[in-house]
Amino acid sequence: MSATQERPPDTTPVEEKAPSRLVPIWRFTLTVLRMPSGLFGVLVMLGFVLMALTAPLYIHPSDLSVTQATGPLLAPPQQGYPLGTDPAGRSVLLLVIWGSRTSLAIGVMATLLTMVLGSSIGLVAGHYQGRTGRLLMHVTDWFIALPGLPLAIALAAVLGQGAASITIAIGVTSWTGTARLVRAQTLAVEARPFIERSRALGATDTQLITRQVLPNVMPLILVSSTLTVASAILAEATLTFLGLGDPTSVSWGSLLNNAFMQGAVTAGAWWYLIPPGIAILVIVLGFTLVGRAVEHALNARVQPR
Amino acid sequence: MADPTEPVLEARDLAVTFPARRRQPAARAVDGVNLALGRGEVLALIGESGCGKSTLARAMVGLIEPNRGEVRYAGKPLRRTRSGLREFRRHVQLVLQDPYGALNPRQNIHDAVAEGLRLHGQRAGLTRRVGEALEQVGMRPPEHFFDRYPHQLSGGQQQRVVIAGALTLGPEVLVADEPVSSLDASVRGEILKLFLSLRDELGLAALVVSHDLGLAWNIADRVAVMYLGRIVEVGTVEEVLLRPQHPYTRALLDAVPSTSDLDAKTVLRGEPPDPTAIPAGCRFHPRCPLRATLPEDRAQLCLNDVPVLAPALDERQVACVHADAAPPAAVPHDRAEVTT
Amino acid sequence: MTAPASQIPPAAERRTDQPVEPLLDVRDLTVTYHSGKVPVYAARGVDFALAPGETLGMAGESGSGKTTVAMSLLRLLPAETTVTGEIRFRDEDLLAANWGRMRSVRWAEASVVFQGAMSALNPVRTIGEQIVEPILLHEKVGEKAARARARDLLDSVGVPSRRIASYPHELSGGQRQRVMMAMALACDPHLLIADEPTTALDVIVQAQILSLLTDLVRERGISLIMISHDLSVLASTCDRIAVMYAGRLVETGPSRQVIASPLHPYARALAGAFPTLGDPGSRLAPGGLPGDPPDLREEIDGCPFAPRCPEVEDRCRSGVIPLVRRGDRAAACVHVTGYDEAVGDG
Repeated sequence: MSATQERPPDTTPVEEKAPSRLVPIWRFTLTVLRMPSGLFGVLVMLGFVLMALTAPLYIHPSDLSVTQATGPLLAPPQQGYPLGTDPAGRSVLLLVIWGSRTSLAIGVMATLLTMVLGSSIGLVAGHYQGRTGRLLMHVTDWFIALPGLPLAIALAAVLGQGAASITIAIGVTSWTGTARLVRAQTLAVEARPFIERSRALGATDTQLITRQVLPNVMPLILVSSTLTVASAILAEATLTFLGLGDPTSVSWGSLLNNAFMQGAVTAGAWWYLIPPGIAILVIVLGFTLVGRAVEHALNARVQPR
Repeated sequence: MADPTEPVLEARDLAVTFPARRRQPAARAVDGVNLALGRGEVLALIGESGCGKSTLARAMVGLIEPNRGEVRYAGKPLRRTRSGLREFRRHVQLVLQDPYGALNPRQNIHDAVAEGLRLHGQRAGLTRRVGEALEQVGMRPPEHFFDRYPHQLSGGQQQRVVIAGALTLGPEVLVADEPVSSLDASVRGEILKLFLSLRDELGLAALVVSHDLGLAWNIADRVAVMYLGRIVEVGTVEEVLLRPQHPYTRALLDAVPSTSDLDAKTVLRGEPPDPTAIPAGCRFHPRCPLRATLPEDRAQLCLNDVPVLAPALDERQVACVHADAAPPAAVPHDRAEVTT
Repeated sequence: MTAPASQIPPAAERRTDQPVEPLLDVRDLTVTYHSGKVPVYAARGVDFALAPGETLGMAGESGSGKTTVAMSLLRLLPAETTVTGEIRFRDEDLLAANWGRMRSVRWAEASVVFQGAMSALNPVRTIGEQIVEPILLHEKVGEKAARARARDLLDSVGVPSRRIASYPHELSGGQRQRVMMAMALACDPHLLIADEPTTALDVIVQAQILSLLTDLVRERGISLIMISHDLSVLASTCDRIAVMYAGRLVETGPSRQVIASPLHPYARALAGAFPTLGDPGSRLAPGGLPGDPPDLREEIDGCPFAPRCPEVEDRCRSGVIPLVRRGDRAAACVHVTGYDEAVGDG
């Protein structure tokens, strides 16, 4: 209805020469933080990142060493060990805190890999709609058909156990979703008249992709990446739990794997199993909430009419 | 105003065919068009949707590669190489129908106008040139708009921003596809005035594509009427709109709503033409009201091919074998007649 | 929000030349939307009347309130909307009617032809089913009789009745608009509201639809309210034109007179926006109007058109500028002859 058409209030200061790019980003962040779920998610995310980064300041390598640990063996929570100890006498709390480093690092690296691979393939497939686009989408379909877990196991077997192979395994199996998503969005953006305007102004294909399409697809990539971090952390836990990780490094997956292998379940050592599980749950929830909040804020902003 | 001797932009025997899609035959959207635009001239290209006018416009700004024929700028054929096209686009610019859609919602006005300069690597004095372009289209003071986003402007302002963006590269020709059809009535005139003032101040020639005959009357020097991929009549606005010779032009004029009774006019029957099924002979003959009144032997002539019009700047041309046999056109109803 | 209503005689008295009881009598209609953060005053005290069989064109730009006024007649507005005033349709106040009554008024007594025929038709049902539906809903007739009526209706709007089993996507834009008209006529309404019925259509198809619409309402004696931003479209179809600006009626009168000699400066600008071919005054001189449409979120003091008006005076900027009657025309402008006497008397 014509009469309901509204224009946002005029908030722009008149005397401002060079337009600043930071204002919209700042406004956008505020929108996300004003949502309770967004605020909670961001706090969780920041909390875990801070914890992971500062861990070396208060955790000594000897605390994590199987041979040098000083605590009681597989003891329930007590003074000095708020979350109990493992069969080697290490503090479960410190293990969980230290484990966040590996889990987050693998999660973020795998996400970066997924995003770069998926976005570039999606953008190229969406922009060059002819033979190139079709070929790329066939390749994508082929990767989608590959079963993720067996592929990851096979990759880990070929590349050897360790963080790198897990990262690659996650990246290789999860880029397809991003590629399809980005391609669909690229097609939608390419159909809009401002692409034609830019082309008529003289934009080359590369300029079109980087200057016009990418900024409009970026928010989607952003949302998708927060969700991918969550699933990558889960995948890391799964693969490490299955014994494909580096046995010497501590991560949430390896903690769960150790607890399982060393009979924490039969021994009733709940304090050994539950904390890494809860950590995974909370961080996945945190990233998911941020993703949803960002998505919500973008939807509110993109459709002004 | 127009220099009849020297066309600045020209289409010669231009044809664009869209390949066959599933269950649909190929569409001959533009099918052998000769059209010339003089320096500083405003030429209106008029026709129904599906007649190929937008495709022709896009081919003439180099966005669509023609299957046949060539586009010439300043007497030289357009080379479809990367550098050839880039050079061409500094001279010939496009203005689209929907100004809101034509602006990237994530770019502020400064960046939207600066887009062309940035694409061509002309970064010297960027903000100053953006300001000048905005002033040329009547957005003053320009700094006031730099920080705004497209959705914060009115439709008329958005279209001004699109035009300013086209002006930054200092073009000689604007090709505008239905530049005012999505705008409000009062804004329409303001944007049309802008085209006229750009022509007066910068000597800008314009090819304006529209279905609106009133637009031609308002701003054009000449009119070309297009039907099913061909130009059927071309001449000065006064010649074509006041003394139309092609039966299709007459039908278009009769369809313009006016205060006089609709019954008094013949409204052309049937659906808009289909470029995937072009009739043989004169393309208009199945719908032609003039042919229906002709004796058998003369009507037969419509099944022969009609010559393609030449790209002349100063000549009245009609692609109808019966053009001289046509009855005199009804005098358009002007305002004085109504008031009395 | 004060309305100029007190200054003008009620619509029924106004049209003394026409002794017929009006079919529709709208008084002081005020519509305010509350869907956003701030209220949007879309219609601000609108009065008009429509005689049986009369055709009225509502002209104005986006944001003028023309669609709001038309849709409020059948209460087809979003839930968070305040509508005040009086809408008398066949001697019944529609604003006071309950929802059950409203439902039976829609289609059966007054129906709407919407703007976009593609989106207003259900894509997964045949056009026959969609025409039959309102007939079965509002009248006690059998499926068979309703189908026969649907065929007749299709024929009367110029769509071959053998296409009754077609789906909307199988028809052209013009044919879909014809189907919309058949649906609107299905229950023999007294009033037809056509909201920009030809906006998306081509010149020639537009002319076809307009001439069909004119014939249909004339033959059946239906009253028509047609909404458009194009005065020439309205003039070719309607007896009278009402020009709206910023939610107010600024001028009404017989179509030809409003087009040929508009009284209100805004009507003048609107009439000049679409030129008459052959008129030397508009050759290479497009008629436009500087400035932007009004902000409907603001309360307006004085004439709503004052900020853009080329003939503005000091007294235009405050108070209420009422609609002043002059014969069978009326305009809300201080420059209308007899304005001062009329306001003084009131």
